Amino acid sequence: MITLGFVYVLAGLCFAAFAVLGARDRTNPKRFGNAAFWGLLALSMLAGDRLGDFGNGLLVLALVAIAGTGQIGRAPGGEAPAAEQAARAASHGNFLLLVALIIPAVALAGTFLFKWVPGLADPKQATLISLAIGVLIALAVGMARLKPPPLLPLQQGRRLLDAVGWAAILPQMLASLGAVFALAGVGEVVGGLIGTAIPQGSLFGATLAFGLGMALFTMVMGNAFAAFPVMLAAVGMPLLIKQYDGDPAVVAAIGMLAGFCGTLMTPMAANFNLVPAALLELRNPYGVIRVQIGTALPLLAVNILFIYLFAF
Amino acid sequence: MLVLIGILIIIAGFLLRFNPLLVIMASALATGLAAGLDITAIIAAFGKAFNDTRYVSIVWIVLPVIGLLEAYGLQQHARSLIGRMKGATLGRLLTSYLLLRQAMSAVGLTSVAGHPQTVRPLVAPMAEAAAEAANDTLTDDQREEVKAFSAATDNVGLFFGEDIFLAIGSILLMKGLLEGYGYNIEPLHFSLWAIPTAIAAFLIHGFRLRRLERRMAKRGDAA
Repeated sequence: MITLGFVYVLAGLCFAAFAVLGARDRTNPKRFGNAAFWGLLALSMLAGDRLGDFGNGLLVLALVAIAGTGQIGRAPGGEAPAAEQAARAASHGNFLLLVALIIPAVALAGTFLFKWVPGLADPKQATLISLAIGVLIALAVGMARLKPPPLLPLQQGRRLLDAVGWAAILPQMLASLGAVFALAGVGEVVGGLIGTAIPQGSLFGATLAFGLGMALFTMVMGNAFAAFPVMLAAVGMPLLIKQYDGDPAVVAAIGMLAGFCGTLMTPMAANFNLVPAALLELRNPYGVIRVQIGTALPLLAVNILFIYLFAF
Repeated sequence: MLVLIGILIIIAGFLLRFNPLLVIMASALATGLAAGLDITAIIAAFGKAFNDTRYVSIVWIVLPVIGLLEAYGLQQHARSLIGRMKGATLGRLLTSYLLLRQAMSAVGLTSVAGHPQTVRPLVAPMAEAAAEAANDTLTDDQREEVKAFSAATDNVGLFFGEDIFLAIGSILLMKGLLEGYGYNIEPLHFSLWAIPTAIAAFLIHGFRLRRLERRMAKRGDAA
């Protein structure tokens, strides 16, 4: 049976290759910093379960030290010349599109296959495993037809990842910070503060506090999942559901979506907001958040109104 | 109250634009110390969480495929496809992607599309080409805004589609929590109540995409 362990090995080998190729890239003045950073990430993927909790903690400290002291950078250029790309696009055009679509298509098919046929792969991780298989198939098909130099996919992949830089592990770091916050009881303290700040006797005031609290606390934590239990315990359950007899399904479902409006507006949700800015090579790292605010604020207002209208 | 120091460090760190990895580590250490944990326990807790959430970072394995295809001109091909399609305007293109992303997420197919898989190689270059087709003097700032909107459209489609799917994590979380308070609610009810917001998100973001199209079609004053 294929498990997530297979995907971690694949990712580990991929990062290890980026590290080796990075160390050999003399055009990058910070090549050893890059090599160490991707090498440590490879170690985490390949052997994380054997390092122990403290060992993994030291590994994270090393990653932070390398990135925090500015030891990683990227070599200038490296992409194929535009004229060459245009000429190749003309001859391979639709084949390239087909290969690009193999990844989502296999992810889709595999998700269903692994759920219906038990024993092939861990059904809980079906999509991630299928995604990895899709990558391997797309790579094999692309290599067979295009016949590039053998290292080209890894070299180009490394170039793209170097462009993202340390932001590549930001989502994982923030998820880990959330775990420390939970351990320290940050959620309960914030919930208590918000609970005392609500105007008494106003249904609309309580609804407003719940919706705004979900969005604001999600912005702080970067994740509506972390905000939801706290806001439910502080406002949703005692006031909206118990005192005002609101429909718990509406309060919960739309409250969560009010939190998602917060996700659109915070750098703490790095994988949605900061990583794409790096990936698309935007000059402003907050460029994606900037354009999302115009959608998030009116939608937050709509969600608060929906709770007020539908729950009571 | 003292444990809130970690939140202050995060906010200050992001505002002052320190390296976010350093800010996160400082916040974790300060929060843990404020809660009375010793430093090795904090490092171990952070390390355990980092190891448990490795799946967040495996999406980068798509980059060798994307790199190969881009070296052979995938972005140019995506652009030329848009150039040949009559009526494929910036607003219509991104609105179609929004609808597709919402619909796929609503049936649980959240990882099928995404920033590395679809936005960078396909959606962003297509959107840029559509904007160019309507305005041959597109400025760098306008180009940047079109790309940012491509990423934003993926996020909006994902967030306000996925909660319609029954087995998504957030619905299981809601069900579990409410059960703890003595309310037994079928996941279907949460799914249904996600639909009004999904429609509102489509209308609001779709309206903004139309306005983006109009704004981009005007020549920059500098030109």
